[in-house]
Amino acid sequence: MTEYGFSFVSVIVFLSLAALFVFAVLLLGRFLRPSRSSQEKRSVYECGERPIGDAWFNFNPRFYIIALIFVIFDVEISFTFPVAKVFSSWIKQGHAGLAYAELATFIVILLLGFIYVWKKGDLDWLKKFDHDVN
Amino acid sequence: MWYLANYLEKNYAVSINGQESAWLIYLIVAIASALVMLGFASLFAGLASFVERRIAGRIMARVGPNRVGPQGLFQFVADGLKLIMKEDLIPNGADRFLFKIAPYFVFAGMLGTFVVLPFGANIVAANMDVGIFYIISITALVVVGIILGGWASNSKWSMFGGLRSAAQIVSYEIPLALSILVVVLLSGSLSTQGIISAQGGLPWDWFIFHSPFAFIAFFIYFVSALAEGNRTPFDLPEAESELVAGYCTEYSGFRFVVFFFAEWANLWIMSAIAVICFLGGWRVPFISVEESTSSWGIILLGLAIFMVKTLALVVVVIQLRWTLPRLRLDQMMNLCWKYLVPGSFVCILGTMTWMVLIDWNSMIGLVLRVVVFAGAFMLLAYYIYRIRFNYMIDRDNYKKMTGKDMWYPPYRLP
Repeated sequence: MTEYGFSFVSVIVFLSLAALFVFAVLLLGRFLRPSRSSQEKRSVYECGERPIGDAWFNFNPRFYIIALIFVIFDVEISFTFPVAKVFSSWIKQGHAGLAYAELATFIVILLLGFIYVWKKGDLDWLKKFDHDVN
Repeated sequence: MWYLANYLEKNYAVSINGQESAWLIYLIVAIASALVMLGFASLFAGLASFVERRIAGRIMARVGPNRVGPQGLFQFVADGLKLIMKEDLIPNGADRFLFKIAPYFVFAGMLGTFVVLPFGANIVAANMDVGIFYIISITALVVVGIILGGWASNSKWSMFGGLRSAAQIVSYEIPLALSILVVVLLSGSLSTQGIISAQGGLPWDWFIFHSPFAFIAFFIYFVSALAEGNRTPFDLPEAESELVAGYCTEYSGFRFVVFFFAEWANLWIMSAIAVICFLGGWRVPFISVEESTSSWGIILLGLAIFMVKTLALVVVVIQLRWTLPRLRLDQMMNLCWKYLVPGSFVCILGTMTWMVLIDWNSMIGLVLRVVVFAGAFMLLAYYIYRIRFNYMIDRDNYKKMTGKDMWYPPYRLP
């Protein structure tokens, strides 16, 4: 088996051990813990009052915008990682200018997108309206 | 543990019923290393919770746990046993399936990181060649678990906590990945051992002191890692005073333990990554990478150096938790998107320029690294001086008000 293969066998083993550990302790606890559930115990906590309605309601779309910006940036960054890895070896081979230009172009394009998002106001958590000028 | 598996295969591989058993040896080594790492993670998480509570007690001028075992050392065992025997409640309106699997995601995301976290030369579960990239991706499993837990509980507090947590962790992942990109640029390697091997044992050979840009990148990493691990001042998802307990409001018993287990084990993970990427890892001064595996003494010395650096960072994180107030949600998002992300872009471009202009191995590169190190050292000295300055004022006031000395010997636990 290669070292490459071994490392991914380890990942699978670690992840399954994590799941197994949680499952085993919960199973063990099943024989130890009491199970005297009642309607009151099973109601959700809402400051001691009877809960009103579900919690599955519409929430603020700014969470969605942040998630969207994150996805775009994260994909771009994961594309940058392989280029960053070979950057120093390219400098050693004497292609410093080319490597620098390539990586800098990529990052500047990313930065332009970032500036666009900023100017558009999508990074402001508290949205400002025309009528509430502070 | 690849070397161990390789060694065992060469010497002890036997065929069972005509079948080659080599794969069995690899599997057994992988399982053994997974068990060791699980043991380490649980022990560390438990002891960290104890140390955290004692430090909190000391900072708040109270005692902290001191009853179970010597100085309350076994408090975490008692807590764990108690919580295993707690009744396991699932709220009425909850999505039962998602509610139950959420802790699995959190725990798998935490333990999965330990595959590539090295402890010393050759002491690593698997030296994966995409190590640091793998760490960034596998920690995303924790977010999935937190969102699932918060959403599936069908409680308003959990919902708010889960959403906030998602927004926070997702946002801070950008500056975190960008500051690690600086390290990847410098080392030219993605594997954790490769990054450490590219550094040196002496402080000015660490990546943190490579240039002012790398120095800033370290702090950007550290702040983002605090936010990723839901540590104060970024513990908004579970802010007790405003959100009850955030995403784990409805969790009880061992399912609740899993979330906090992962949080405390995460303390080790974030500090260890900081040490790997910026603070030289297990490198011993004056010993080259080739020699660092030559004898057990040197390997163990490297292990000790790594442990000391990581635990020092862990204590810093714990102290930060009990000294800083919590940020407001909009402040936190502003800090991430308007300061850390542009800052880390500048760090990347700056480091690239620095690398093109100045060779790491040249004399001028070494001199500049020493200069950056000296500057950082002076900053640290000034910080300690200010702490002492404030302490003196407090001490004099205390003496004036109560007529007693404020001095409390640090060796005596409260």
